[in-house]
Amino acid sequence: MSGLVLAAAQNAEAPVYVAQNISFGIIAAMMIFSGVRMVTTDNVVHAAVYLVLVLAGAAAQFILLGAEFIAITQVLVYIGAIVVLFLFGIMLTKAPMSGGEKLSRDNWILGSLTSLVLLALLGYALIDGFGSDKLPADLAPTDTRAVADSIFGTYLVPFEVISLLLLAALIGAIVIARRD
Amino acid sequence: MLLNQFLLLAAVLFCIGVYGVVSRRNGVLVLMSIELILNSVNINLVAFSAMTGAVSGQVFALFVIAVAAAEVGVGLAIVLAIFRNYRSVDLDDVDLMKG
Repeated sequence: MSGLVLAAAQNAEAPVYVAQNISFGIIAAMMIFSGVRMVTTDNVVHAAVYLVLVLAGAAAQFILLGAEFIAITQVLVYIGAIVVLFLFGIMLTKAPMSGGEKLSRDNWILGSLTSLVLLALLGYALIDGFGSDKLPADLAPTDTRAVADSIFGTYLVPFEVISLLLLAALIGAIVIARRD
Repeated sequence: MLLNQFLLLAAVLFCIGVYGVVSRRNGVLVLMSIELILNSVNINLVAFSAMTGAVSGQVFALFVIAVAAAEVGVGLAIVLAIFRNYRSVDLDDVDLMKG
């Protein structure tokens, strides 16, 4: 990732946003570190906290991309609601809080091989396909009004379907988790 | 900023999530890894939205967030049901339908 940032810094033909690139690098490094720790740590609560770090980093990347409404929604829904739900799940299932019981399988070599091969394929396809495509230089924050117009105009039917899906998921979750 | 730096970050997060889904035994941790995967897709959508200037990518990112919320609700309910029946959330214990 730092190689990309360096390549972007050496590219002289377009205006270079050093501050954005540096902050991207720092946030990306934090996200990758937290993600790796999340899937390798032996403590369930620590995994939830690392998940918070990854999600907060993603919100920061959204702000870097000018998508402020998505960033706010990310913080509200993911960090505010979903992580709390996970913590409740951890509490209710009495998962081992402080190590002891094994949380990962023994054949981690096969899993890491799978994900590394997938990463190599994805990375090759992305570098081959998008090479050095640049984001627009005048990356202004997206107007939230435009997002709302799009949701309630072009995507009104999918929006209603999503709300119905949420209702169905809510009822389904209650039915599944109910003690009867 | 390059488009690819965001896409590659999302690809790395996606692969970390896949590793978590494959290698974790605890049901709650598998669900967390799925959240990581969905989140990396969101980064892709927003990056393409910034690239093209269309807001459709952001709208779909919002839809993905909503579906993720629904998914985690049902998923945790299933994990709770498994815990109630098996007294554990170890996915290796859940082999009732294994041939």
